[in-house]
Amino acid sequence: MTDTPVTDSYVEKEQAVDREVDPAIEKILHATDAAHPTEGDVAIQNYTINFGPQHPAAHGVLRLVMELNGEIVERIDPHVGLLHRGTEKLIEYKTYAQAIPYFDRLDYCSPACMEHTFVLAIEKLLDLEVPIRAQYLRVFFAELTRISNHMLNLGSHVMDVGAMTPNLWMFEIREDCYGFLERATGARMHHNYFRPGGVHQDVPLKLLTDIADWLDTRLPRLFEDAISLVADNRIFKQRNVDIATVSREDAIKWGFSGPMIRAAGIPWDLRKSQPYDVYAKMDFDVPVGTRGDCYDRFMVRVEEVRQSARIMKQCLAEMPEGPIASLDRKVVPPKRAEMKRSMEALIHHFKLYTEGYHVPAGEVYVATESPKGEFGVYLVSDGSNKPYRCKIRPTAFSHLQAMDFMSRGHMLADTTAILGAMDIVFGECDR
Amino acid sequence: MRAPAPAWAAQLNDATVDAARAAIGGALLDAVEIAGEVQLHVTRDGLVAALIALRDTPGLEYQQLMEIAGVDYPDRAERFEIVYCLLSLTRNHRLHVHVGATEDTPVPSVTDIWPVAGWLEREVYDMYGVLFSGNRDLRRILTDYGFRGHPFRKDFPLTGFVELRYSEEQKRVVYEPVKLAQDFRTFDFESPWEGAQYVLPGDEKAKLPEAKGAPTPATATEVQKAGAAQTPKQDAPAPSQPYAKKDTTSTAETGAGRAETDAVPKPADPDVVPSKGGGQNQ
Repeated sequence: MTDTPVTDSYVEKEQAVDREVDPAIEKILHATDAAHPTEGDVAIQNYTINFGPQHPAAHGVLRLVMELNGEIVERIDPHVGLLHRGTEKLIEYKTYAQAIPYFDRLDYCSPACMEHTFVLAIEKLLDLEVPIRAQYLRVFFAELTRISNHMLNLGSHVMDVGAMTPNLWMFEIREDCYGFLERATGARMHHNYFRPGGVHQDVPLKLLTDIADWLDTRLPRLFEDAISLVADNRIFKQRNVDIATVSREDAIKWGFSGPMIRAAGIPWDLRKSQPYDVYAKMDFDVPVGTRGDCYDRFMVRVEEVRQSARIMKQCLAEMPEGPIASLDRKVVPPKRAEMKRSMEALIHHFKLYTEGYHVPAGEVYVATESPKGEFGVYLVSDGSNKPYRCKIRPTAFSHLQAMDFMSRGHMLADTTAILGAMDIVFGECDR
Repeated sequence: MRAPAPAWAAQLNDATVDAARAAIGGALLDAVEIAGEVQLHVTRDGLVAALIALRDTPGLEYQQLMEIAGVDYPDRAERFEIVYCLLSLTRNHRLHVHVGATEDTPVPSVTDIWPVAGWLEREVYDMYGVLFSGNRDLRRILTDYGFRGHPFRKDFPLTGFVELRYSEEQKRVVYEPVKLAQDFRTFDFESPWEGAQYVLPGDEKAKLPEAKGAPTPATATEVQKAGAAQTPKQDAPAPSQPYAKKDTTSTAETGAGRAETDAVPKPADPDVVPSKGGGQNQ
């Protein structure tokens, strides 16, 4: 009780100080009150901030213009195109063979899958048969690329919401994948390995046995360890469960594909429903989400990694011996040794590396299941040796466009989780 | 089809064309199948109704719009073609819808049918300059802020018109006209006998009409005068120039193989300090 008088006098003193405020300042402070007596003392306005283009959680050069109400996102306007290189126009000036490396540079996290689509589109126009071993090799390396892509995405998604360790472990796996891809193709990232009619070169047996060992031992150990740290983690779930739920109707309307549409509950996988190469022979499951939130997207990708490993094991078990590229010498160049002995092979080689092959006139839209979703190529040929038009359908365009309605009403910190679960790469989005 | 391309229900193509003909009606200009894919060509005015019919008619059910591609055909009366790639999840079938357009004839927007069309239409507008009436947010999307022109048109040069760099003096990024350090090179490797559309090197005179009659033969004096006027007078070759003499018979005359007679010792290089041991190679 002895405290009370002290407190009272303190309060009185405070009020006395308050009363001494300059009347001019008083007027400014309560100016809004005078005009609008019903409003509070402070009028809160929405304010706009820039997220990016240089931001570690933007996964590249993305600029999000966000309108925030306090910490709540009211509207997001993504500005893309900062990495636009005019790939489609460049391809119009190159022969078909010269255009393949541009595809590696689209989604540089899954280059082989980008090549896959373009190569299938050319083959469809040429009506070219591909040897069965080449088809197995393509599926095999496409799935290895899918694992490598998901390692980057899952790891960075986890890191965006605050965990560090799983990312480092998954980068170990990614490094292994790059090592294998380098041994097969000669390049870690920009392989230029898939060619119309097959693949560029055969793989050594030791590489296949090494990958088989890796699939049995190192991959499951590292991957399951990393996922066990986050999959049931309370903090991770708080950051992801029920964040940015997307209904089936919205997923269809907004042109979703890949893990995004599967997380919304639609079992749509182009490898299953529209199989290309030897996917029709593969036995694998399509994981589907139940709630359509960020956590589902994450877990769908986690399960896809396991299914990819399953497909790769089947490829290893079933892959036959045989040629690795079509024997049609008007499309596929001959081997070096053959060139040294055969005049005809030399002529073919010269013509294919200068003029290239002519693709019959026609228009096709070929889409494959890239790790990020449906990656399509709309290829128009006028019968010459260069594409007349090559429209690339990026997966990121439809997903990023949905960013606005997905993050509306969420907190600012949730946008990194939403963006991480979308799996955007700007090489592909901006082309 | 021998290629291992994605295998969707292409056997439904004929049934699809019939169903589309019934659903779209007069707006359908043409329905063709190329390389196993159905193309429907529709009128611009009937586009929205046609796409709604394709989405909602039972038996067509194209729920998803996957892509809008622009193509430029400068020779056509309506130079741009807009291609809508549709996908049916339930029938597992794909389809393109084509519509023609020019710069001045806007295409009706389909953003009310599929919201995903917003960005896809923005991209076509950005790259080709085709307008979409009804798209409420028709800004540029991929090109730079303040970009001028539509870069994917066939008459837009690959190198573009402006380039940008950071200016150290002005402390900002400046735009300048493109200066190429090396000429833009396009090599044409197409076989000339397979339809080259240009005059082959060396064939420039082949298509020129012949002159009337033969030219008057020049007289010997005219030729001499012309030769004297054209060629500047040359000095007589010095005797030390062996190649000037065409009729040498032995190396004694040319001096080949002999040491240079008037050779002077090389001036000493002030930077080279002669080593004691005479150097590594001596």
